[in-house]
Amino acid sequence: MNLNFLEFERPIAELEAKIEELRYVGDDNEINISEEIARLQGKSKALTEQIFSQLTSWQIAQIARHPQRPYTLDYLKHIFTEFEELHGDRAFADDPAIVGGIARLDNRPVMVIGHQKGRDTKEKIRRNFGMPRPEGYRKALRLMEMAERFRLPIFTFIDTPGAYPGVGAEERGQSEAIARNLLVMSRLRTPIVCTVIGEGGSGGALAIGVGDRVLMLGYSTYSVISPEGCASILWKSSERAADAAEAMGITAERLKQLELIDEVVEEPLGGAHRNPAAMAGTLKSRLLRQLNDLEARSMETLLEERYQRLMGFGNFKES
Amino acid sequence: MSWFQKLMPSRIRTEGSNRSRSVPEGLWTKCDNCSAVLYRPEVERNMEVCPKCGHHLRISARRRLELLLDEGTASEIGANLQPVDVLKFRDSKKYRDRLAQAQKQVGEHDALIVMRGEIKQLPVVAGAFEFAFMGGSMGSVVGERFVRAANLSLEERIPLICFSASGGARMQEALFSLMQMAKTSAALARLREAGVPFISVMTDPTMGGVSASLAMLGDINIAEPGALIGFAGPRVIEQTVRETLPEGFQRAEFLLDHGAIDMIVDRREMRDKLSAVLAMLTHQPSPRTKRLPEHA
Repeated sequence: MNLNFLEFERPIAELEAKIEELRYVGDDNEINISEEIARLQGKSKALTEQIFSQLTSWQIAQIARHPQRPYTLDYLKHIFTEFEELHGDRAFADDPAIVGGIARLDNRPVMVIGHQKGRDTKEKIRRNFGMPRPEGYRKALRLMEMAERFRLPIFTFIDTPGAYPGVGAEERGQSEAIARNLLVMSRLRTPIVCTVIGEGGSGGALAIGVGDRVLMLGYSTYSVISPEGCASILWKSSERAADAAEAMGITAERLKQLELIDEVVEEPLGGAHRNPAAMAGTLKSRLLRQLNDLEARSMETLLEERYQRLMGFGNFKES
Repeated sequence: MSWFQKLMPSRIRTEGSNRSRSVPEGLWTKCDNCSAVLYRPEVERNMEVCPKCGHHLRISARRRLELLLDEGTASEIGANLQPVDVLKFRDSKKYRDRLAQAQKQVGEHDALIVMRGEIKQLPVVAGAFEFAFMGGSMGSVVGERFVRAANLSLEERIPLICFSASGGARMQEALFSLMQMAKTSAALARLREAGVPFISVMTDPTMGGVSASLAMLGDINIAEPGALIGFAGPRVIEQTVRETLPEGFQRAEFLLDHGAIDMIVDRREMRDKLSAVLAMLTHQPSPRTKRLPEHA
């Protein structure tokens, strides 16, 4: 079975395999079976539509973590031009789990910052599976403050299982690094648009996720703890991750309903990895629209609205 | 009320079910750290610090604030805020039931208590996490009460103090809890801009989302001796790095060594230390030498 298909996509994978086979046979025997292939392709599309119209939260979490899912650098390539990566926190190290730098969005200079996962084993390890250490957050902070100085709007791309839980990370102040970003981002005098492109893992995601607008790709997730973590604590078994995912409401659609995010950016059929260029195209138009909208505001209005947006989060009653 | 509670002087007697955790049914208790058998009223008098080894026992939020603020000066803020379960969250138990149980057991509506009051006549706003309430976890009510405390500080330009004791964000409120990190930090950003001091006192334990937001953002960060403070829990780290953690890892002394906090302060010195520090930051005469104002 093709590894690019997830467990629940097995019927699609089987159909696709059959189509491949037919193509092979077709080449071999020079028999025209394109009609049959077209029929099967239609069936495959219908099946994909059907499966993807009723995904569970846990299945969406699988797509968000798909090994072929486009990462920050992929979007950088498709959406922005002239990207100049900037490195280091000026204090300790350069964390490859977060990338950032200046680039142009349709000629406009901007700052782009995002989590970065690796594609192959070697790169996965180098990028620590997209789990930043404090120096990653401090690099992000440095770049954001630079963006403020040079009046560059900031785009962040969120895709992390979470901040790295390691000894060195704790020694160097993981908590402080995250907390400082939250504080500074809430008052930064430049527009900030955040997009969850894959996994929005807890504080490690939020640390580059405070802004004027928060977008989520259709099959991305955002949660206070991973479904597995939640399940192992509350259900005493990580096997119950699917239940935890459902209970927490981690999907874009649910979080939009709850007014915790501003916009859901729909993905191509079968997920962003099936057509990264189309995904990037859609995302680019949304980012531009959000930026235009934000830039029409005075800085004071922008900051006040950002503040009120944050203050509005939460549910309680007053007796 | 048991026979010995009736014998206790009223000042150390605790009323109602909410104190049942800090005052177990017994005149003798055992220190978690040195296992010494301790006379309960003596521990109370010693601010819940073991008189033998100095171990800081966990303490309820109300008792904490009572120890901090001048008698008769405290008034509670946001006491009428109550949690609601919009997600209809249910694990092995309903969140609603967990809340009801915690409220009944602890006698509080949620895990943060906030008061306006005075420390040696210096007006302050002070909050304390109630660890007995769902592990001091931060959900919407905790976030909102913290913000109201910060806003009052800002409005009156008086210092804010927060004693944290929390396992982190409250999972049952899911992403709403995560957003409380941003919300509380944004409120602190305004205090910082206005030059109103915020002192964060981290007590055992201060972990996860609380440590990665309001607790680490003090103008001055203080910890109680031996307090466990960190982002990831020791068990999670152990599973990740697959090695046993060094002795004292993530303890207050470790954080001081690594530059994360300004000082470690013994609970019995806390009031003196906070008032002295705050008086300097707010350009007030030293509370150590100040005489009581004479009434004209």
